[in-house]
Amino acid sequence: MRWLNALIMLLFVALMLYATVGLPDHADPQAPANVHVSPTYIEDTIEDTHTPNVVTSVLADYRGYDTLGETIVIFTAGLACVLILMKRKGNDKATLSKHHRSDYM
Amino acid sequence: MIKQHYQSIIVQTICSLLIPFIQLFALYVIFHGHYGPGGGFQGGVLLAVSIILQRLYLGTKIAHPKFPPKLTMAFAAVGLLIYGLAGIIPMAYGASFLDYGSLPLFWVHDAELRALGILIVEIGIGLGVFGTLVLIFDNLVGERW
Amino acid sequence: MIWQIDFWLLVILIITALVALSVHDLLAAVAALAAYSFFVALLFSQMGAIDVAFVEATLGAGISGVLFIVALFLTRRRSED
Repeated sequence: MRWLNALIMLLFVALMLYATVGLPDHADPQAPANVHVSPTYIEDTIEDTHTPNVVTSVLADYRGYDTLGETIVIFTAGLACVLILMKRKGNDKATLSKHHRSDYM
Repeated sequence: MIKQHYQSIIVQTICSLLIPFIQLFALYVIFHGHYGPGGGFQGGVLLAVSIILQRLYLGTKIAHPKFPPKLTMAFAAVGLLIYGLAGIIPMAYGASFLDYGSLPLFWVHDAELRALGILIVEIGIGLGVFGTLVLIFDNLVGERW
Repeated sequence: MIWQIDFWLLVILIITALVALSVHDLLAAVAALAAYSFFVALLFSQMGAIDVAFVEATLGAGISGVLFIVALFLTRRRSED
């Protein structure tokens, strides 16, 4: 079983290395990701938003909807942590730290 | 778990010296996000780190009254509310969702108004991330609050 | 773009990832994971993505290490497998 796992991992590494051959070069201006909307953002960001940092203007202005979703995801994670972990009154026995008492720190 | 403060004068001195500088750097990162690397997310994380460092070296008994844990959820909700209002208020003025060019701030105009809208949104993200991370830490530590 | 820096950063990255996976002391694994995040941040900044590197350095090497150590504090330190 170990050897089968190792063989599958090696095949996966070989597949990924083979896939990287087809990627465009680093910072290639003719790459497909760099010819669609990126030139418009880079050229118009000063005129549109007076923001020299293109990353900020893309994240908060041109793609503000994505960042709103990202913030909602983080807030939801915090709410889930509260609902799972919060200590309520009279519920001391059910908490995690009483069962698994750590003895080393 | 961390009720008492840390029993070392060196750690206490260094942490109490470090925390104001971390908070100042966090505010710099949020408000300088237009011109350099950074933004609301990174600044919020740095603010949360400063509060968590205070909780770690002072202990929750002293540090909880300094920044009450009930406030953190309010911070997270207010941050998200700022972002949502910056999206919804332009709709009341006839523009589309999250169009900062139509925010009702009449002393600035087109591009300047968009830069100001980006700043408002970054402050919202910063408050939201700050509140959420401190909230997760407080609940994970498991002290009653 | 200097390929020597890229190459050695990637080698150290793989070494820290293997250490974080294979070590039995979970506190050491958390430290190795923080080192991994820091080297990812160095790699990002070497590629010119400063904002992503900043997020990775603050979140990956800062907050997530603290949260992992707190979670470790509430359970056990030794890994079973």
